[in-house]
This record gives sequence, structure tokens and C-alpha cells, in this order.
Amino acid sequence: MSLTDCTAAELLADLNARRVSSVEVVKDFSARIERVDSKVKAFLRYDGDAALKQAKAIDDRRARGGSVGLLGGLPVAVKDLICARGELTTCASKMLANFRAPYDATIVEKLRAVDAVFLGRTNMDEFAMGGSNENSAFGPTHNPWNLNCIPGGSSGGAAAAVAARMATLSIGTDTGGSIRQPAGLCGVTGLKPTYGRVSRYGLVAFASSLDQIGPLARTAEDAALLLEAIAGHDPRDSTSVDAPVPKYSQTINQPLAGLKLGLVREHFGPGLDSEVEAAVREAFKVYQSLGATVKELSMPHAKYGVATYYVIAPCEASSNLARYDGVHYGYRTDVAKMNDRLAEEAKSMSAAGHSAAVDQLDNSLVRMYRQSRAEGFGAEVKRRIMLGTYALSAGYYDAYYLKALKVRRLIRGDYDAAFKQVDLIAGPVTTTPAFKIGEKMGDPLSMYLVDLYTVSANLAGVGGIVFPCGFSRSNLPIGLQLQAPPLAEERLLRAAHMFQKATDWHTRKPPL
Amino acid sequence: MSEPYTTIIGLEVHVQLQTHTKLFCGCSTKFGAAPNTQTCPVCIGMPGTLPVMNCEAFELGMKTAIALNCNIAPFTKWDRKNYYYPDLPKGYQISQYDLPFSFDGYLEISDSKERFEPKRIGIIRAHLEEDAGKSMHDEAHGKADSRIDLNRTGTPLLEIVSQPDMRSALEARAYLNELKLLLTYLGVSDCNMQEGSLRVDANVNVHIERPDGHVAKTPIVEIKNMNSFRAVEKALAFEAQRQYEAWQEDGLVIGQRPKQTRGWDDQANVTRPQRHKEESSDYRYFPDPDLVPVTVVQEKIDAVRESLGELPADLRKRLEATYIISAYDSEVIVNQGLPFVSYFTQLADAVKDGKTAANWMTQDVLRMMNECGTTIEKFSVPIGELVDLIRRVQAGDFNTSRAREVFTEMVASGKSTAESIAALGIIKVDESELYALAGEVLAANLKIVDDIKSGKSQAAGSLIGQAKKKNPNVNPNRFREICLELVGKM
Repeated sequence: MSLTDCTAAELLADLNARRVSSVEVVKDFSARIERVDSKVKAFLRYDGDAALKQAKAIDDRRARGGSVGLLGGLPVAVKDLICARGELTTCASKMLANFRAPYDATIVEKLRAVDAVFLGRTNMDEFAMGGSNENSAFGPTHNPWNLNCIPGGSSGGAAAAVAARMATLSIGTDTGGSIRQPAGLCGVTGLKPTYGRVSRYGLVAFASSLDQIGPLARTAEDAALLLEAIAGHDPRDSTSVDAPVPKYSQTINQPLAGLKLGLVREHFGPGLDSEVEAAVREAFKVYQSLGATVKELSMPHAKYGVATYYVIAPCEASSNLARYDGVHYGYRTDVAKMNDRLAEEAKSMSAAGHSAAVDQLDNSLVRMYRQSRAEGFGAEVKRRIMLGTYALSAGYYDAYYLKALKVRRLIRGDYDAAFKQVDLIAGPVTTTPAFKIGEKMGDPLSMYLVDLYTVSANLAGVGGIVFPCGFSRSNLPIGLQLQAPPLAEERLLRAAHMFQKATDWHTRKPPL
Repeated sequence: MSEPYTTIIGLEVHVQLQTHTKLFCGCSTKFGAAPNTQTCPVCIGMPGTLPVMNCEAFELGMKTAIALNCNIAPFTKWDRKNYYYPDLPKGYQISQYDLPFSFDGYLEISDSKERFEPKRIGIIRAHLEEDAGKSMHDEAHGKADSRIDLNRTGTPLLEIVSQPDMRSALEARAYLNELKLLLTYLGVSDCNMQEGSLRVDANVNVHIERPDGHVAKTPIVEIKNMNSFRAVEKALAFEAQRQYEAWQEDGLVIGQRPKQTRGWDDQANVTRPQRHKEESSDYRYFPDPDLVPVTVVQEKIDAVRESLGELPADLRKRLEATYIISAYDSEVIVNQGLPFVSYFTQLADAVKDGKTAANWMTQDVLRMMNECGTTIEKFSVPIGELVDLIRRVQAGDFNTSRAREVFTEMVASGKSTAESIAALGIIKVDESELYALAGEVLAANLKIVDDIKSGKSQAAGSLIGQAKKKNPNVNPNRFREICLELVGKM
């Protein structure tokens, strides 16, 4: 058996017992990446040599009897929107194709401190906008279970890398479901922590009030390990929560006695694929067989989640992405060519006697902004910038942004009410298994609906975990989502681990 | 007021707060460093960076607002003001929009020369925001280079918006003087206009009472680019007159033309229209999701109020009462700043004569400071030496005009009082010598002796000149006293 088939927990045990070295682990993953990533395209960049060097240093330290951190030589793949000093951080955008961050994100510092080995950067939807990974400026990632299908998004590369055994652990981000949805579609375990649980410092912002970094792994146990490494208060992020970090990796084996699961009526409405529904209902039975009770409840505002999300997220994005103007860094249009063209336009207009039209022409600076942004951003990013700009503009603010904030509070209220009755909310993560590449690209609205079951957690700031609970007839994974009250990640992980001890869906390997 | 109109003025003042670090990061705010050397990923808006509020800036802002009698909001938030400019690296400025941290205050202004009645100028709001960077355009020799310096980006600014309560350029000047004084007394800003620490925009229009009693109000104009208080005063006076004349031409009143922005040309002494697009900017304000709202408890407000210290207005009253000096003197002294006040009080306490100390401070010390272009902290005459000088006058060694000569010598040479007196050849004339001299002069001027005897004591004055010829160090007052004494005995 290859080391790449082991879970992080297994590898870590072997590493700590010095039955295997970090160099051997990295070599196996590098070989696996080289063998299968030409089909999956989960990585935008991977640097085997740099990873080996890191691994060797950790091995040497361990051999000398020095202390080694929590992840002691395990390789981790990182979504390409987290800054690391001197390294490219592209956000899968042409706009940042040449951007090297001058500083380390807090989670990069944390991962270094616990001796994680950086394997490479995973593909994503441009600036994390999308649910299929088709919006990457560098081409889509393919679902390891069926290469014609999307892996989900925006952390599609991160999920596919874990599913295809090219990494045991990877870092994703979740703004409206971007960890959980691809985890569901790729059959891996993905956790979106409570908003503020993991520092956002160094995460290139899409929608600041919704973005959250989280782990993707093969098992809940492994996700617990990675979360323990990256969670915690950060004085550089004023929205980060100042609360102690439990030892998730150590408490995960304590089963939850008398677990009360909530089944949200609205999650089982029209549009839910019958195979998905059947798998999810089967998962409830598993929990019941483990002693849990299931209570049906209502979250009446859940149906407004997607609409609310698609006001708030683009508003924040329109502002967050304003800095990509071609002035300080990133993509800039060919200014000489642009100025020539501008002069030509002015000349032909005055020749035709349109002096008013000449006055209307951009000045060089405005044209530089416009053209750099027009050329640097992809269609989906532009669409959201336009939506956000419109919704925030004078006269529309109250009707859209302010209204969305009010609904957001109602959605949070639904959660508060639900968690008075149950410990966890359980349900589907997507309406269908992975769809075909290209299938929804022409229909942005139907694409937005893939976030139906996930956006509410982001709007409310609560945590959620997704893991496989079955497969479709065409052998595509189906995920189960559990959601918990703020800062109850421990509960999510223990409940997921309970399930994974009783079932073997998470052990299945894609046919690559 | 001779103008046939009333000028209505409101001021927006941007004050750079004297913090050690920027508003949302740890970079230094020191002026004058090489371009882009005081920047970090946060203040230059690098992708992924996040702002964290500087508590010191918030406290300095609160201090100012409380001194301006403002209410402090128990809950305040940060908003983004979105617009594109090359020296605005994030594409938005973090500011406060609908919920400023302070509002509804006032500042009292008065004029010791009584050119206007004392009055309260309302403060609409004071809020915090970050500064932008600086663009430098080099268009010499056909070049079109623009360079960006982001050192200033993120520097904390306090924007203080007044009600349109001022009615003349003079009042506006008084408001700015008083505000600047308050800010320096609080130690919240150095208020250096050359370095951009204090920037003023003025909103102005005029109200013209027509014969039928109806008041015509001209369209409001915002004046920018004024880089001294003198410029503000001149710009306002110019603009009021210009608006009056424009109204006589076109008759346009408020609402018939959108608010215009004009710049002050300090060379030509005129305001000129600034280029602006027809449509007004849409800044798309919304709460900054990267920053948590700030809540302020009453205990904190009380603590800041406790820490304010004595403010200029109270200090003036105290000086007047304690040292029995005029309102004018106390204003001149207080307006010079705390170190000057401290020099004065030490001097007055030592010589036990507030009025004399005030005269020296407001006339001689101030004149010398101006001539030498120095500050009281660097003034070359230590308090002890000036005390020595004044005590000698009090002791009758010489009179005030002689003391002025000594003082001038002290400033010029840096010598002590005693040394300067010696250098000027001023020797105290012994009492017995004075009596002898008086007897001698009186004997030679029997006509004057008679005049004095007949009650014309002022006749003694003409003897002083004669005495001085014989001995230039004669103290005229003492000599006069002795003359009268001797005549009385004759």
C-alpha cells in the first residue's frame, strides 16, 4: 500500500514513531501528483523540491531528538488565495498571475510553526467566486470520481487533491459553501469553522464578513488535527474570536451521548435529487442506530439564504476587489498601446467633428483602470463586481444591501431557535451529485443555487462539516452536512467521527 | 459691517492626530521620511491584509471631541468610502459615515479687540478616518510621470465639521485660532499646516437682504487649497464679495446651481473654479466588514474627560483672576501656548507683580522672540535672569526704558543680567551720590526750586536731563524723588 492511501493520523503515528520519514511521505505524494494530476488538475503549482527540503529538515530535527510540531512533517496543500512571503498567490486570476505576496498569512505562519510541509497550491474559482471550479483563469479542475464532472467550488482543487490521494490534508476557504460543497461532491471531509475561529489575515478577501478558512481531509479525525493547528485568536484580525482552542484531535474519540439531530423541513423540498435524499435519510438512520434522536424543525428564512448571500457577497467583493486597479501590483494593461489607441480615437472623433465625444473620452488614468480590470478579471468576477456596485449605489442601498443585512439577522435567528432544540442540524449539502463540466456555465442563476444548503451557515457565522454518506448509481459521492452553534467545532468533529467509525463511505477511493 | 450682505461660513477641518502609529497598522506617522519607507502590507492595501484599530488614535479623537463639548456615541462603526485614485491603494478609504463617534458640540470664540461679540460655533460632528497617500506629478520637459508616496496612507485624521455659524472671515479666523489652540493644548496634534497636519475647507455663501425684506441666498461654494489661516481669511473675504457681485450679475440663488468647488490661488489672491464632473460622486458607503464596531462605556468617557487638563478658555480666566491682568493680555499669553504661559506664571510669581510680568511677556519677550524667530522653549533669556532684571527695576536701580536696553543686550549677547548691565556701563549710583548731585543741580536752578515750592512738582522733570549729563547712570525716578524731598526741606 502506498503512503498516499494512509490518513493523516496514520501517517503522523508512523512519522512520530520514525517508522517512516517525512521525505518518504513527500516523495510518495509527489509521485502521485505527477501520475494523476495531469488528469485532475487540482494543483496550480506544486514544488516537490521545496517540499522535500522542508521534509528533510523536519526529519533531521526529529532524528536529533528535537521537538517536532503537531503536524510533524505531514504535507499540506494550500488553496491559492492564501499569501506566503515571496510566493505567487494568484487566486486563479489573470489579475494576480504575477503577484508575489510580501508577507505570510497567519495560517501560513501557524502551519510552519507546527512543521507542516507545503506541497503546493490548489486550483479554485477565480477569487473564490463560483461553485464548480470552472471559473479558474488557468482551467478547470476535474472531479476525481468522474473526470467529466466538476469537483465543486470554489475549493475544488483542494477537495480534488485530497480525494485523488494527492494530499492528505488541504486548506480551503468557505464563503458560501466553498469548502463543504466540493467536499460533498468529491467525497472528502470538509469543515467550515465558525466565523472568526481561524484568522483571515493573509486570506485574499472575497466577502470579508463571510470568508472563513478551514480544513479538508479524508476523515474527521484528520480534519480535527488540521483545525487544531490553524485555529485561534489573531490580533491582526479584529474579527477573529478570542477563545481558547480545544484539543480537537484528542477529544474526537469521545462519542456524543444522547445526540439530538435536527432535520430541517425546508432542506427536503422540491429540487432535491432522490438519490441524495435517500443517502441523507440513510445517514439519519445510522445516527439513530448509534443512539441519536432526530427532530424535525423549520428554518423559515432558509429560503432567502441564496438571495441574501448574492447581495451581501458581491457588495463586499465589489469593494474588496477595487484594489486590483493596475496601479500597485498585479495585471496592468499595455499602457503604451492603450495611449496610442486613445489618441487615435480622439483624432478620428475630432476629424469627424464630434468635439463633445472627444470630451467624453476617458483620460489616460481612467482608461488604464478600466482596461486593466476588463482584461484581468474573468466573467464571473465582473458579474459580481457589477452586482455589488449596483446594490451599494445611492438609491439602491436600502432596498438591497440594508434589506439583506436584516434578512441575515433573521437567518441567524433561525439558527439560534433551532439550536435551542437540537445539538446539530443535519441534512444534504447539495441538491445533486457532481454535474458535468460546462453544464451550468451558461446559466449563472442555476449555478448560484448550488449554494442552497450551505450559504446560511456563512450568513449566520456558524460552523458546518460535510463528509460522504453514500454514492449515486453513477458512483459519485453524496455528502451529509452537519451544522453546529458558534464555536462548537468539537461537536461537529466528534459527530462526524462517530459516523465514520460506523461506516466506510469515507474510505472509498476514486478510480484513477 | 459695511457690506450689504451677511457672510455664512461653515468650516471642515482635517486634523492629523499625533499618534505614534497609523490608524489601522503599526507604521510610523513621522513626517518627511523617504517615499514609501513607512509602509507595510496593511497600509498599502496588499491583498489579504486586514486593518486593526489603533486605540491611541480613538482616544485622541475622543479627547478632542469632549473638549469640543461633543456627545460621544456609545456605539460607533467604520465605513468604507469607495472611489478610485492612484494614491488610495485599497480603492476605498476607511471613514465614518452615518454613525460618527462624536456629534453635537460647540466651540466658544471671542475677540479681545471686541470686533465681534463672543459666540458659540456649533460642531456638527467629529469623526475619524484614514488619510490617503500623496501623488507627485512630474510634467516638466514633456514628461507625464506620476509618482506615488504611500507614507501618509493610513495616518489618522480627525474631521471636525462646524455648523455654518460664522458670519465673517474674522470669525472664521478666530474659530481656527481657537481650535488650533485647543488641539495643541490637548497635545492631540502639532497642527502644522505646512506639513498638512491641519487642512481647512470652507463652505461659504452670502445672504443679501433686499429692499422688500426678502433675503437672497447665493449658491454655496466649497473652497479648498488654503494653506494658512491668513489664506482662509483672505479667501473667505474674496469669495463673499465675489458671490455678491455674481448675484448682482446673474441673480442665481441657492438651489439654482449645484454646489461648486473652488480653489484658493494664494499668488493671485482669487478663488478659481476647480474642474469637476457634472454628476456627483457615489461613494457607495457601507460598513467595513473587516473592522468590528467600537463600543464606548461612560466610565471611559469620564476618564478621558478627567485627563483633559485645563483648556485655553479656562486658563485665560484663571490668569486674569490670579494675576490681575487684562483680558487682552491673558489672551495674548494663552494663545502663545503652554510653555509661554508657564514662563509667564513663573515670572509673575517671582516678581509678585502680574501686570509687570504680563507687560514684559506680551511686549518685550514676544517682540524678541519674533525678531529672533524662536520659540519660548528656545528663548535665550532664562526666567531667573528676567526676574533679576525686573527686581532691579522694582528696587529703583534704573527705570523700565533702561531695563529694555539691558534686556536687548541680554538677548543679543546671551549674557546674564548683571553682565549685561556691566557691559552697558550702567553702574548703580549710590544714594549719597544722588543726594549730592541733587543738591548741586537744585542750587544751580533756583527758579525751578521756586516753581516746585509753589506746587509745580512736575518742574522737577527738567532737572533730570541735567543730572543725566553729569552721570548717565542716574535713575531718573529716584533722582526726582530726592529733588522733591530736598526742596521740601528748603
